[in-house]
Amino acid sequence: MNQVGSVFFALMAGLSLLGAVGTVSARNPIRSAVGLLVTIVGIAGLFLRLSAQFMGAIQLIVYAGAVVVLFVFVVMLLGPDASKVPAGPPRGWAARAFAGVLMAAFAIGGGVLVLGARDGLTLFQPVAPEHGSVELVGRELFTKMLVPFELATALLIVAVVGAIAVARSHEPKGKAKPVKLAPQALFHGPLHPRDAGHPLVKERA
Amino acid sequence: MQTLGLAVEHYVFLAGVIFTLGAIGFLVRRNVLVQLMCIELMLNAVNILLVAFNRVYPANMVGQIFAFFIIAVAAAEAAVGLAIVLAFYRLKGTVMSDEGDSLKL
Repeated sequence: MNQVGSVFFALMAGLSLLGAVGTVSARNPIRSAVGLLVTIVGIAGLFLRLSAQFMGAIQLIVYAGAVVVLFVFVVMLLGPDASKVPAGPPRGWAARAFAGVLMAAFAIGGGVLVLGARDGLTLFQPVAPEHGSVELVGRELFTKMLVPFELATALLIVAVVGAIAVARSHEPKGKAKPVKLAPQALFHGPLHPRDAGHPLVKERA
Repeated sequence: MQTLGLAVEHYVFLAGVIFTLGAIGFLVRRNVLVQLMCIELMLNAVNILLVAFNRVYPANMVGQIFAFFIIAVAAAEAAVGLAIVLAFYRLKGTVMSDEGDSLKL
């Protein structure tokens, strides 16, 4: 039984690592989304190994079913032109340097972890079969965590309304005349004060 | 090797790798869509940790419920973030984060 579980863990861990590498390194955003999908399926498998069946199901439904699909929709909506790499050298050397520092920090932390693991691992104790089941998590969620749960619903509805408000196109209506220096004028005119015709900048002679 | 996946260290190491990959991707990639996906990777790495430590201390379900709320917040974040990406694309005609320099004088 443990043998099967070990093989399952190795498979799912490899799957999630493979997907993560693919997400970060793929040139095409669609391939990044597929990498994210593979990672999420792998992590759902890991949740099963951790006897968190409810979390595994939620992971698959919410992430693989909703979030990744949303990403794919947006990638398809924007088309391939949106992801064209602009000419010129990449900016942001500081971010790259910080990425290097992060990698070094992880190397040190991982080394410490591996060295510490030689003294003996923190093995899981046997757990009741209903650990992580829908009943147990649901009872906890609807008794002790009721207020945060209801607040999460408010958060989701606000997020959806906000997403609609942000993504809607702000085409001026036929009757309403755009006022000079209204936010619309600022956002539809030249964007940058250094561009000619910007309303905040006096025209230079 | 019998205990592969039955010790918390395995999950900590794996979550560290995934989190580092996500952070590096967020810092290095210039495509805002890929950067958002890297944020999702980091959130997922933290979820692994929360569920794994809940398995070590199984007396209550706080870790799993925290991970549940993180998933809810991540879904909201993805919706709002992708809406912002759409607005950004409408403004600039690209989704490269280098182009978002309108506040720079």
